[in-house]
Amino acid sequence: MNGTRALALHLGVLALLLALHFLAPSYHHTNIARIMVLAIYAMGYNIAFGYTGLLSLGHALLFGAGLYGAGLLVYHADAHATLALIAGVLAGGALAFAVGLLALRTAGVAFMIVTLMFAQAGYLTILYFGSYTRGDEGIVIPRAARMLGSLDLSDDGTRYLVALTLFAIALLCNLALVRSPFGRVMVAMRENEERSRMLGYNPFTVKLAALTVSGLYSGLSGAAYGLMFGYVGAGLASVQYSILPMLYVLLGGAGTVLGPFLGALLMFYLIDYASSVTDAHQFVTGAALVLLVLFAPKGILGTIRARAGARGAEWLP
Amino acid sequence: MEFGPFLLLALMEGLVTAAVLALTASGLSLVFGIMRVVNVAHGAFFMLGAVLAWFTAQWVPGPPAVAFAVALIVCPLIVGAIAALADTAILKRLNYEPEATIVATIGLLYILEQAALSLFGPDARPVPAPFNIRLQLPWFGYSGYKLAVVAAAIIVLLGVWLILKHTRAGLVMRATQIDRDTARAFGINVDRVYAGVFAMGAGLAAIAAVLIVPIQQAHYLMGGDPLLLSFIVVIIGGLGSLRGTLVAALLIGLSDGVISTFFAPTLAKIIATLVVALVLVFRPQGLFGTRTT
Amino acid sequence: MAAVILLQAHGLTRHFDGLKAVDGVDFVLKEGEIHALIGPNGAGKTTFVSLLSGRIPAQSGTIHLKGRDITKLPAHKRVKAGIAYTFQITQVYAALTVFDNVALAVQSRGAHPIRAAAMAALERVGLETRAGQIAGTLSYGHQRVLEIAMGLALKPTLLILDEPTQGLAQGEIATFKEIVRAVVPETTVLLIEHNMDVVMDLATRITVLNFGTILATGTPEEIRANRAVQAAYLGEPC
Ligand SMILES: Nc1ncnc2c1ncn2[C@@H]1O[C@H](COP(=O)(O)OP(=O)(O)OP(=O)(O)O)[C@@H](O)[C@H]1O
Ligand SMILES: [Mg+2]
Repeated sequence: MNGTRALALHLGVLALLLALHFLAPSYHHTNIARIMVLAIYAMGYNIAFGYTGLLSLGHALLFGAGLYGAGLLVYHADAHATLALIAGVLAGGALAFAVGLLALRTAGVAFMIVTLMFAQAGYLTILYFGSYTRGDEGIVIPRAARMLGSLDLSDDGTRYLVALTLFAIALLCNLALVRSPFGRVMVAMRENEERSRMLGYNPFTVKLAALTVSGLYSGLSGAAYGLMFGYVGAGLASVQYSILPMLYVLLGGAGTVLGPFLGALLMFYLIDYASSVTDAHQFVTGAALVLLVLFAPKGILGTIRARAGARGAEWLP
Repeated sequence: MEFGPFLLLALMEGLVTAAVLALTASGLSLVFGIMRVVNVAHGAFFMLGAVLAWFTAQWVPGPPAVAFAVALIVCPLIVGAIAALADTAILKRLNYEPEATIVATIGLLYILEQAALSLFGPDARPVPAPFNIRLQLPWFGYSGYKLAVVAAAIIVLLGVWLILKHTRAGLVMRATQIDRDTARAFGINVDRVYAGVFAMGAGLAAIAAVLIVPIQQAHYLMGGDPLLLSFIVVIIGGLGSLRGTLVAALLIGLSDGVISTFFAPTLAKIIATLVVALVLVFRPQGLFGTRTT
Repeated sequence: MAAVILLQAHGLTRHFDGLKAVDGVDFVLKEGEIHALIGPNGAGKTTFVSLLSGRIPAQSGTIHLKGRDITKLPAHKRVKAGIAYTFQITQVYAALTVFDNVALAVQSRGAHPIRAAAMAALERVGLETRAGQIAGTLSYGHQRVLEIAMGLALKPTLLILDEPTQGLAQGEIATFKEIVRAVVPETTVLLIEHNMDVVMDLATRITVLNFGTILATGTPEEIRANRAVQAAYLGEPC
């Protein structure tokens, strides 16, 4: 009874994305590939924020770890892109673990500021080592270095399918995670930390584990982003990129597996549209943040799930 | 230049930084202390003050000193009014729930920066100083205006202190800080106090910006550094403690002046942000506060 | 029977800004007993058991569980060591289902399969038909019962119940008494309770706390006969 519906829904979304590979016009094709990669980042953010209740303002550090972990390896060490991708994932996870060891001694507002500061330090570090990273200007990764085995990531079609594959893996792992016993504990920690402690769970280790998984996702997204789109720049590790996944997650629905993707999709096209009619697209981001916290703190899927009552959770874990 | 005069110059520059920083950070500290709100848009209010000062300089005829005087009064009022509006329209509706409030002020930051970009443009624009006096020291000349900035900051901060300690408004603010519900029960209009405090915090940032803009130029992205530095100062000084904030501003401002004269500013910033993070982790009461729990 | 000591506290102390909530308490729990902890409001009962469960750190004194010093053990490890605590103010996960609430307790002790163990725990308190319901939508009485079910689902050696019958209807209180009787002697019960009928009915021993210190310890008969207790506590209507 339980689980099959949710699985069907998520597989359906993946099937739809596969169909779009053949149907979508070139412009949207590229956009959706980008959105899927960014959605992996947002999923990672959601594991920390949506499920475990850790509101971080510094995830750009973890995205940047993947981005630069992979980018610097292929650019300076001529590493194989596959190896670089794995290195990027691990860099995200390791940095999340290290930051968590310190930041998780705080909670709430202090946690937000500590993560913000760490991310800022990371961003400045990228600028400081400008001779390797080329700072704000960034590194363009040559086409020859963007080969995932025999797959050429600079080819539009290949890139889409690789993005879809990574996205599918991330999505299904996310689904499995939140329905596992550990997923239940993450939510318990978000709902009532004191209660969870008195059921025998160590809040620190639970949160550290969740944050590390979140870091692995962010690292994967960053690494894939750099390799697929061939650019690695400090702007992608700036504070804007900490706000971005938060925005996606808030819009799509915090604590839902599909929410990050839906939020990324809508926000991407909203900003894309806004940029085409005015140059005030930052306004859209700001207004979206304010309106969401004011009027729809659960986001789209969170609201739908709440309306659907007990059945909601069967479809949208 | 020899080392001694060089250091003196660095210290004087640091003093100016410290003065402006103390003003900006005390606004942030005030808002956090009384409302428990972490205002991420504080830097945007600072920027708004500077940008408005430029507009004032364009519109007010006569010598620069007149326009400057008008700006010093009008800009903080406008910025304060915008802040009060944001408080009533947004923060109050969120019931000042800490995390939602932070997200909302991030949104506010984007909106204000966009507004400045659209109305003011992407360029940095200078605002003339009200006067140009150079003090000739034995080793170098120094801008008299910069010293006036220090004096003005001290006067404003004294004013804030007087308001908080010796007026009814200050009493009401402190009562609200201690216990919002009790204050309300005693007939204090807490909503008005909050709007007022938020406006005052933003206004202080705007005053700081008007003072600095003849030295620094107005730009729509200029709020980032003051925000970061204010955070650093407020946290090192102990969240919500005004006295700690002032001490920390002096410390950071002076060392910033000295450090960035001798070291790469990026490295200094990296170290500063890391120090702040570690202070929050290991000494959340700040370096100068005492632990209350 | 030759009583084995399960838990022993010595000189346990916790002050709040000069207020002596718990002040140098010596206390012994015997294995398999139902031990009631009574005392007027603000006597320090909740604080005392919070020190035992590790929810609040002790300022001084020691706690031994089965001879092992657990004074410095963090709360979550004490739960693993067998001490379960149910909150005076109901703290179920209001946004989660009844099933998830108990499942969290069940999986904490590593039981397998989780579903079967959780359903068994719900059946024990008669909530099995409500497994799919969101806990926050349960009636107050059912939430209290769920809270107890979570404690039981941990299969603790020591179950601390902080005013479990508060707000329960008469029928629910009867069910509660049966549940408690059924868990001893495998589980030792430390029960904070204001309802004297429940106390006299269930308790094998009673400790009276007042102003953070122990006024008396003994069997229900001894406590009933104790003058000091009468003056401080039983004399007042409650
Ligand atoms: N966290 C705390 N901070 C300050 N004082 C506290 C704290 N917890 C409890 N107290 C005080 O300690 C005293 C003992 O409280 P406690 O809750 O242990 O009493 P109790 O016996 O459980 O009372 P009740 O029967 O009302 O539940 C009370 O005066 C209470 O106000
Ligand atoms: Mg109590």
